[in-house]
Amino acid sequence: MKLVGVFLLLLGGMIAVTAVALLRQPSEQTYFVLAGVAFEALGLTLLARGYALPPRNAR
Amino acid sequence: MSFVFCLLCILLLPLATAGLALMHQGLGRSRSAAHTMVASLCVLAVASIVFISFGFCTAGVNGGPAHTFLIAGNPWNLIAAERPFAHGIPFDGTPSALVLCFQFFTVGLAAIIPVSTGSDRWRLGPMCLSTALLAAITFPLFTHWAWCGGWLSQLGVNFGLGAGFLDAGGSSTIQVIGGLTALSLAWILGGRRGKYSDDGFAAAIPGHNIVLVLFGCLLALIGWIALNSAGTMLFYAATPALIPKILLNTVLSASASCLAAVFVTRMRYGKPDASLIANGWIAGLVASSASSAFVSLGSSLFIGFVAGAGVMYLVEFLELKLHIDDPGGAISVHAGAGLWGVSAAGVFSTLPTLSGRGQLLAQIIGIAALLGFMLPLIHGLNLLLNVFVKQRVDSDGDRQGMDVRELGAGAYPEFVVHGDEFLPR
Repeated sequence: MKLVGVFLLLLGGMIAVTAVALLRQPSEQTYFVLAGVAFEALGLTLLARGYALPPRNAR
Repeated sequence: MSFVFCLLCILLLPLATAGLALMHQGLGRSRSAAHTMVASLCVLAVASIVFISFGFCTAGVNGGPAHTFLIAGNPWNLIAAERPFAHGIPFDGTPSALVLCFQFFTVGLAAIIPVSTGSDRWRLGPMCLSTALLAAITFPLFTHWAWCGGWLSQLGVNFGLGAGFLDAGGSSTIQVIGGLTALSLAWILGGRRGKYSDDGFAAAIPGHNIVLVLFGCLLALIGWIALNSAGTMLFYAATPALIPKILLNTVLSASASCLAAVFVTRMRYGKPDASLIANGWIAGLVASSASSAFVSLGSSLFIGFVAGAGVMYLVEFLELKLHIDDPGGAISVHAGAGLWGVSAAGVFSTLPTLSGRGQLLAQIIGIAALLGFMLPLIHGLNLLLNVFVKQRVDSDGDRQGMDVRELGAGAYPEFVVHGDEFLPR
């Protein structure tokens, strides 16, 4: 889960930066950058959940 | 830009660091108080030496030598190419020397933030090594991107996104970088002994000296006004005429944030909580940093209020839901409020050259870079360090407290020796 989280963080960052580099339409740029941030939010959630202490009965 | 006025502001910067150090000490346990202060000094020392030796090569100054790549026809300035020990920086009254001094002090401010999170369990040696990584790699890299002519600061020139990534006082470069490092270390170190029960319930471990914490807040205010003023003059060519606005906005943001913390804690717990109010005060300062010169006074109040209220909920969410043990609330205050400050700069900036959508998009791209590139880099480096040198103290040290374990004596030897008063017996 942690590895997937880190991967999604990196992927989100790449999507956001690539959108600025390659797209010219402001609306397209905005959508892709927001999509990148959404990927990052998902990655951060997975990473945090991966590190969260599970309750005893789930261990 | 006034050289003397800017230099005066830079000279006041260490007060922000001193304020944070006092806060971290007061919010930790008494049995690790001396360790926290010694750690703060050591971290400052390591950060200063490593930054001047190597870090500045990556950070550089605006207009200095840099590695720039052409991608899809546009220049991407990724990393500076200065020489070690700041060779080539002229000390002749030019702004380059001031930028170097500013970075020299702010790297310490960023490096001291994780000390709070690692309180009571982070060993001194690994702490210094982790600080060296921050001062040599992560802080200078993002500093170059955001402040010193890097690709984020050029988003306006190269891609028409407002004025490029806007962060005059270091909401992102100092606060979020420090906060994300704190988050990474909280994950690696795990919780303090006795913080979480086997069922996952969190025990309250209050700070041991709230007076020092609140005094730290007042010291930090002076340092933060200097930080915001110096950053705006250095990186946005502001004149001293803008300082009164920066001063008012910084204080208003902190005030609104403090009162929001009073209101929220009073509403949720019945009485105002002193340590959370201190966190609220700092959150307002942190959120004000990005755009204190470029927003209206009313906007500053709003930015501060949201920062203060938001941080109260974020502290609780991290502690109770994500089981992140952060004794001083550094992650919420610095990373959380810092990210909000960066976003708010895109929404509320009133510079006539900024176009609304473009500026907000530039800020969002900055946040994407922080989370997408800097967090994995910071976490990867700290995980790698942990493979070679265990960052967490062993279980005996956890029980004894860091003062006795690492320094051989407590901070308050004439007072009562505290047992494990917050641990299950």
